[in-house]
Amino acid sequence: MRQRNYGPWYSAPQGLWLTLFFAAPLFIIIVYSFLKKGLYGGVEPGFSLAAWHALGGGTLLAVALRTLLVSLVATSITILIALPASYSIARSSNQSLRLFLIIVPFWTNFLVRVYAWIAILGSEGFLNDALRWLGILSTPAQFLYNQGTVVLVLVYMYLPYAILPLFSTIEKFDFTLLEAARDLGASRLTAIVRILLPNIRGGIVTAVLFTFIPIFGAYAVPLLVGGKDAYMLGNIIADQVTKTRNWPLAASISMAVTLITGIGALVYAYTSSRPAAPQVDDAEDDLDYIIQAEALP
Amino acid sequence: MLGSNVSISGLSKSFGDFKALKDVSLEIKKGEFFSLLGPSGCGKTTLLRLIAGFEDPDSGLVSIDGRDVTGLPPDKRRCNTVFQSYALFPHLTVFENVAFPLRIRKTPGKKVRELVKRHLDLVQLEKHADKKPSQLSGGQKQRVAIARALINEPSVLLLDEPLSALDAKLRQHMLVELDSIHDEVGITFIYVTHDQAEALSVSDRIAVMDGGKILQVGSPQDIYENPKAEFVARFIGDTNLFSGKVVSFSNGISLVQDERIGAIKVEAGNEAPEGSWVSVAVRPEKIRISLAPPAEAGPLGNVVKGMVDEPIYSGFQSKYYVRTPGGGHLVVFRQHAQWSEGVPDIKWKDEVWLSWSARDAVVVEASGTSIAPVVSGDSLDE
Repeated sequence: MRQRNYGPWYSAPQGLWLTLFFAAPLFIIIVYSFLKKGLYGGVEPGFSLAAWHALGGGTLLAVALRTLLVSLVATSITILIALPASYSIARSSNQSLRLFLIIVPFWTNFLVRVYAWIAILGSEGFLNDALRWLGILSTPAQFLYNQGTVVLVLVYMYLPYAILPLFSTIEKFDFTLLEAARDLGASRLTAIVRILLPNIRGGIVTAVLFTFIPIFGAYAVPLLVGGKDAYMLGNIIADQVTKTRNWPLAASISMAVTLITGIGALVYAYTSSRPAAPQVDDAEDDLDYIIQAEALP
Repeated sequence: MLGSNVSISGLSKSFGDFKALKDVSLEIKKGEFFSLLGPSGCGKTTLLRLIAGFEDPDSGLVSIDGRDVTGLPPDKRRCNTVFQSYALFPHLTVFENVAFPLRIRKTPGKKVRELVKRHLDLVQLEKHADKKPSQLSGGQKQRVAIARALINEPSVLLLDEPLSALDAKLRQHMLVELDSIHDEVGITFIYVTHDQAEALSVSDRIAVMDGGKILQVGSPQDIYENPKAEFVARFIGDTNLFSGKVVSFSNGISLVQDERIGAIKVEAGNEAPEGSWVSVAVRPEKIRISLAPPAEAGPLGNVVKGMVDEPIYSGFQSKYYVRTPGGGHLVVFRQHAQWSEGVPDIKWKDEVWLSWSARDAVVVEASGTSIAPVVSGDSLDE
């Protein structure tokens, strides 16, 4: 008698979890984006493409472009800081202490860390006090509520997400390869660009996605430290739900954001799952070689 | 003489409290196959890395082709390295690995193809040019590493235990191959190894190192037959070490009183005057072993009686560990030059006679004053 295969049942909880908390909500949002908007929020039955048409609107497009720009700039800066940081952690003798210091901020609530920046940069904040004490400023300057501050705080928030995957790939990198490159005539910089970077590409892609995707959907940071002109897509969505009460529009913007980040995830899946090169049978190959070579006069 | 190729003077290097090299000086001639031989931690790899430029010395000078290169980075030195782990670039093909130094110097494509082909031919890898390192066997990776290191036409090739990751049979073969590549390119090879058999078989000269110092530099024959330190005698091949006071000296023969073996005749001229303490080495293949006492010892003959503690048969020869009544241990090789039914086999617990000539004993260390004698012989538990 054949044994019954219970395999699929064992993985049922995962399927159930994903359906309940991922697939179903996503489906609801898709459906909402095609419905008519209710007068006081919510949706009313009836098919409508109004929310999707509204995506092409001028202000929305401007915010989308700004979101893309801010995300690209913040991600680039994050990676540029994370690369040398993770390299130095990977090569240091006290890796665990340094990694611990990277992770420590995670023990504090996200919002608390944003408020910490407000405490530093605010008009009564630490930076203003310090500058006035040094006599550089006479009246408090406004460091908050602009695009630059949003980028600064975003970089701060997502730096660990870039450092951790980069560290784990650089740690596996064989540093003898850099010595070999130097030995063969490469300068320090050439060795890093031509040997280190190509070999840690997987880590770089992961770090980019781990920072770009959450930054693209950022909500709290632009809301708290950015001004009105620093609004990002996340803020527009929240406004559509809580203030303007256009749920179908909120749904269609969400879908657009999901689509863009989804493309990013697909790129990741493609680049990280390239087929491995076939292995040869070492011993057999070398033996062939010896036999051939010994047959020669 | 073609003159000195690599010249090292007064080189010292410490890592924290560990003194890896202590005031090392060395002259390596042009075109030589020179080996740095010693156990791990003896400083041989550190010396190689100082020549390559991966480390800077605390003091001392390194010069290559008469030019002082101390403090210069590796890319500014006319030497290339074959690494123990090969250090092939995993993201590049065999062709691009070998072409890497040329690409750095922006050599035109046609010249690159020509040079890479010639060097892949040299190591017989022309058919594997498009493969990635992960698709190669250990021996092939090794040959790619050699081709890549030679393409810059360096003045010196540094090899850091290049064969240690290969299996025994392939290692033998690669050694012969390395020797023929050396003959073909004619540049200086500096070869780091802990394997004395490798060093003896291919080197023109060997420097034996221990504890950050060079103990002896010489040809393989020199090092093997005439070790100048107890460590050298012990490290290269098997050896029997005796030590004791020279009790008499006449007609060029010193009589050394070893407390476990007894009086031993040593022909060592002025190296072992009466009253001095000496360490004497006798190679195991110089000692004859027989079941019957040897006919006549003669003025140069040493004869010792003992019992076989452990016979080790290995086809072409047997190795015997023999214990003397005084508690000394000796190791003896017997070649099976003839093997027929009639020849009596020497077995475990057999009473045997060992004999050797006073000429085959070498004084490895001597001191005029009395120092404590070291434990003699080669014992099983070593």
